[in-house]
Amino acid sequence: MSISLFDISKNFGAFSALNHINLEVPEGELVALLGPSGCGKTTLLRIIAGLEHTDKGRVVINGQDKTDQNVSHRGIGFVFQHYALFRHMTVFENVAFGLRVKPRSIRPSNELINKKVHALLELVQLDWLHNRYPDQLSGGQRQRIALARALAVEPSVLLLDEPFGALDASVRKDLRQWLRNLHHELNVTSIFVTHDQEEAMEVASQVVVLNHGRIEQQGTPSQIYDHPANAFVSRFIGQTNVFDLDEHDADWLQTAGLLTPKQGEKIAHVRPHDIIIEKSIDNATPLATLKDWQHLGALIRIELVKNNLNGLSDASVFAELPNDKFKELDLARGDKVNLKIRQAHWFH
Amino acid sequence: MTSITIQPQHKDKIVAQQQALQDPNWVRWGLIFIALSFITLFICGPLFLVIYQALSKGLTAYWTALSEPDTLSAIKLSFFVALVTVPLNTVFGVTAAWAITRFDFKGKSLLTTLIDLPFSVSPVISGLIFVLLFGAQGWFGEWLVEHDIKIIFAVPGIILATLFITFPFVARQLIPLMQEMGNQEEEAALSLGASGWKAFWAVTIPNIKWALLYGVLLCNARAMGEFGAVSVVSGHIRGMTNTLPLHVEVSYNDYDVVGAFASASILAALAIVTLILKTVLEWKQAKR
Repeated sequence: MSISLFDISKNFGAFSALNHINLEVPEGELVALLGPSGCGKTTLLRIIAGLEHTDKGRVVINGQDKTDQNVSHRGIGFVFQHYALFRHMTVFENVAFGLRVKPRSIRPSNELINKKVHALLELVQLDWLHNRYPDQLSGGQRQRIALARALAVEPSVLLLDEPFGALDASVRKDLRQWLRNLHHELNVTSIFVTHDQEEAMEVASQVVVLNHGRIEQQGTPSQIYDHPANAFVSRFIGQTNVFDLDEHDADWLQTAGLLTPKQGEKIAHVRPHDIIIEKSIDNATPLATLKDWQHLGALIRIELVKNNLNGLSDASVFAELPNDKFKELDLARGDKVNLKIRQAHWFH
Repeated sequence: MTSITIQPQHKDKIVAQQQALQDPNWVRWGLIFIALSFITLFICGPLFLVIYQALSKGLTAYWTALSEPDTLSAIKLSFFVALVTVPLNTVFGVTAAWAITRFDFKGKSLLTTLIDLPFSVSPVISGLIFVLLFGAQGWFGEWLVEHDIKIIFAVPGIILATLFITFPFVARQLIPLMQEMGNQEEEAALSLGASGWKAFWAVTIPNIKWALLYGVLLCNARAMGEFGAVSVVSGHIRGMTNTLPLHVEVSYNDYDVVGAFASASILAALAIVTLILKTVLEWKQAKR
């Protein structure tokens, strides 16, 4: 089911959490609301769910205006950051809850509930835990039970608040993959909130970048990464080197092969992997000195110190090279190097 | 080799820790002795004395004292007052705890402070407030006389005073617990399609039930045992407005030692039952 938000605004006292948010989520997408903490992403999710009231604007789910509808009638599935499993109920009863509280006229029979809950538990691969209590489960297991519980009521929309926030790194990696596969299987329109750009890029089909209660950019992960709409998005979405023409970087950038920008643009963002390193042979005008490097697995992150032509600044520049390329170059700390910048994003 | 050398060092460390944490023997035994003798002198002693005095003229005299009409009426009144006030204050306590932990509103801290008021005001003053409000010379006195409604020196006054005295118990138990729990489980229940009422019974109540029972228990013990406030508003009319604690005093003043202590033994028994239930509830809460 599609979700449309029209001109959503929300204030908490003098603090403006959301400013005129307009958002269109087509059916079947898996959307990430991405932004730094305090940007309003969780508030927006709670407004879609009906757990929070909006001061202004409309929430429309599948063509129906749900703005004034109570959370219990919206037909959404919500997975809380800390799971909020019912601690006095077994895993089975947790998942069955949404079916048991249905009005008597549409409530499934006990037999049907039994079948459905076990099917859901099998879907999240945890049927063997059905008579445990939440405090006997690990974080990753709780997360999956919370998901099964939300899916039990066959929601038209699935909303997840920082779904991997409270898990350790290895579990998080597995669950991301699993969530994406599950979404392919169920194809229910889903929105999840995250502050982790890597997670957003890896899991989502659409990413919405939020900052200070406004949408900065919406697009597919590659659109966001390759064509960031502004400096905030560019910086937030991945590591980047920032060059400012006002700070005497102009000559240096030109020597490194970066063409002059369009009128008015004076800040260049260069991704570390867009910098090509060559060993300086003649030692005439080397652009940088190699300061240090770190292994990131398949990639090597290289820290360079800029040799400014006017000899002023000594800011660090980061470049990333594949492991084997770096070995080929055979560089040592203190070596002079030349750089080629393949491309940059220019901002005002 | 290494393991052999490490072990004694480790042991030394444990001994050193124990020594750092433990006072010398005479301090330990001294404190234990003081605590135990205090309990014996001020708790076990009086309890023993109550039972001893109640049975001093034999079991028959004890039963006769208890089955006297005035004593029976006092017992009945005490139970009746508890039966009315405890449910009311349970509802009030849950409502207040819910309002304070779930909503933000102006005057919230004032409400929190007011809940504690009965704890900080002398019970006699509390009783006097009701006399000043509803007594013959009080604010509503004339109106009440005109409409032939008796509150002071009658059962309604006793109930009002007891309500006032016992209203913090349930709320006090629930507020910290509900604050710590947060409302995510209730939100989850709502998002799964439950109504607010359903979420309250299916999610909130099971989570707070032991603390709630604990509060109800304390509330009940105080409702039955309250003396000061009730004494001011009751008028001590035998067989009419005497609760059990008041009956103890009246009997004692009449030199009816067996009667006084027999009634007191019922209150003591109530206290012991309360203590046992309290321990069970604390254990249940810790297990949760």
